[in-house]
Amino acid sequence: MVILGISAFYHDSAAAIVNGEHIIAAAQEERFTRIKHDSAFPINAVNYCLKEAGLSLDDVDNVVFFEKPFIKFERLLETYVSFAPRGFQSFRSALPLWIKEKLFQKKIIREAMHHLGSEYDWESKLKFSEHHLSHAASAFYPSPFEEAIVLTLDGVGEWVTTSMAIGRGNSLEIVKEIHFPHSLGLLYSAFTYYTGFRVNSGEYKVMGLAPYGEPKYKDLILKHIIDVKDDGSYRLDQTYFNYCTGLTMTNDKFADLFGRPARVPEQELEQFHMDIAASVQAVTEEIVLKLGRSLAEETGIKNICLAGGVALNCVANGKLERSGYFDNVWIQPAAGDAGGALGAAQAIAHLHHDLPRTVNTSDNMQGGYLGCRFEDDQIRASLNSLGATYSEHSSSTEMINAAAAALENEQVVGWFQGRMEFGPRALGGRSILGDPRSPKMQKNLNLKIKYRESFRPFAPSILAERVNDYFELNGPSPYMLLVDAVQDNKRLTMTEEQNALFGIQKLNIPRSQIPSVTHVDYSARIQTVHAETNPLYHQLISQFDKLTSCPLVVNTSFNVRGEPIVCTPEDAFNCFMGTEMDVLAIGNFTLRKEEQDESLKRDYKNKFDLD
Amino acid sequence: MELIKELWKFMKARKKFWLLPILVFALLLGGLVVFAEGSALAPFIYTLF
Repeated sequence: MVILGISAFYHDSAAAIVNGEHIIAAAQEERFTRIKHDSAFPINAVNYCLKEAGLSLDDVDNVVFFEKPFIKFERLLETYVSFAPRGFQSFRSALPLWIKEKLFQKKIIREAMHHLGSEYDWESKLKFSEHHLSHAASAFYPSPFEEAIVLTLDGVGEWVTTSMAIGRGNSLEIVKEIHFPHSLGLLYSAFTYYTGFRVNSGEYKVMGLAPYGEPKYKDLILKHIIDVKDDGSYRLDQTYFNYCTGLTMTNDKFADLFGRPARVPEQELEQFHMDIAASVQAVTEEIVLKLGRSLAEETGIKNICLAGGVALNCVANGKLERSGYFDNVWIQPAAGDAGGALGAAQAIAHLHHDLPRTVNTSDNMQGGYLGCRFEDDQIRASLNSLGATYSEHSSSTEMINAAAAALENEQVVGWFQGRMEFGPRALGGRSILGDPRSPKMQKNLNLKIKYRESFRPFAPSILAERVNDYFELNGPSPYMLLVDAVQDNKRLTMTEEQNALFGIQKLNIPRSQIPSVTHVDYSARIQTVHAETNPLYHQLISQFDKLTSCPLVVNTSFNVRGEPIVCTPEDAFNCFMGTEMDVLAIGNFTLRKEEQDESLKRDYKNKFDLD
Repeated sequence: MELIKELWKFMKARKKFWLLPILVFALLLGGLVVFAEGSALAPFIYTLF
């Protein structure tokens, strides 16, 4: 049974294809169109999925869209009616898009895919899942559990913003829901807007900023803005928000509560903004922990699966993992809307077609490496056509030795190997790597390679079998979705003067033997690297360990600020030549910056809109 | 025509016939705005819409 899932028209459009229980391929449209968070119909991702599967549209049993647009429209209308006459301007702005496009999604899907099979029986084969069911399915079905609680948290789907389900075998039953306008995702987005970052993409910056601040405003938020009950359910006081009726997230009353207007994007970040970030992060963690505790107590189930945009909050995930409420936590790596494409396909397979589910304790997501791959012949042809100067290695071991030696010399290495990752994190398929022991690596990577804000932390990729040597984390974290602390014996003692520093000043003080991946609160967003799912990357880190006695590297996504992660060898070469990256290891080839023709250098910094 | 049939089926399934006049108003107003402006741009907070 072959099912093609699609998510589109809001943000992070994607396609995924499954054959029975096996996930064949999944990819986000942005990687092909090079438009960050592209919301267009994912025709390139669909084409790729079919090509990877070696199938035509006629071989596909169902095409599934990840949500129900009419119910979304119903929510839109009911919201405007309940607030009328306020919100007319917003209503008037939203309507044309619905009238022109969103109400005709069936037709748009049919027409976009017409060239793939003009005889396809759309009437019976096109299905629509529900937004949170798609998220829940993407979290439960690939998980290694026979039975689990499934918690989904995001901005909003049709009506639902938070759902709690029980998964058993191939069944998945939603048992509780919280509805719009009460939304933890929208609360976080409101603070993202208030701190001057972009809604729907800047949330992880707020999370990264939080450790520089103190949660001074947590009580104020809990007293005025959100009412959180003991079981984790919550209600937002809508008088502080503008998203139901206006074109901004928050209003003047919200600003008055904190005594300052919203920060203008790119304006200087002050201690106040860091304290605000710390406060909303603390509130989010409290809600996630309360939800987790109450669900564990009510059901007695010891496994939990997470999905939805809020499940990308790896700090909250780490706290849930350490809370002891559950024996096992599993998070869908494409937890945002892109993952809805995969979940929609799996929901139809198991719930509509009653496909039995085999519980598999190995990684059903295949490490998250579900995207396109390029053979050496294709890479050689690309590099030749681009005019690149490269060394071709006779084996992957030789290529790995060259890359590891560069890392040892504090050089920055672009790492383009195997299949592309599905989801927002680069996991060693399309990554930029560095030496975590270097005190200047974080600043260099942020300012010279990524062209992004200097406060943003980097994550370590560590050999799975050595994770406990450096971090307090005890289990696997293959998708970089858990934050945990650096071990005491790897930390450096701070002087009193250093301890007294505030905010961004903390950034310049090395806090551990691996300073470039240690955040100011001694935490790290950990990726455990497993030989079974990514043998090349595992081998690279092992070689780096041999050279340096350090079994981890800095891993950041292969892109610059505002750019989608690279997809093809050409994208990788462009990014390599547009930044101060030193080495590119791509297939069995390595490229050195100093050997490249100067005329091939590109102005890359200003090529992409800031996110 | 297909859209009208589907919207009708949708209202029946959701038992929300009270939405009908609002829906008609929305479709007319939306159609007018599209006709007058010739474009349809997503508002700033596109999660909601």
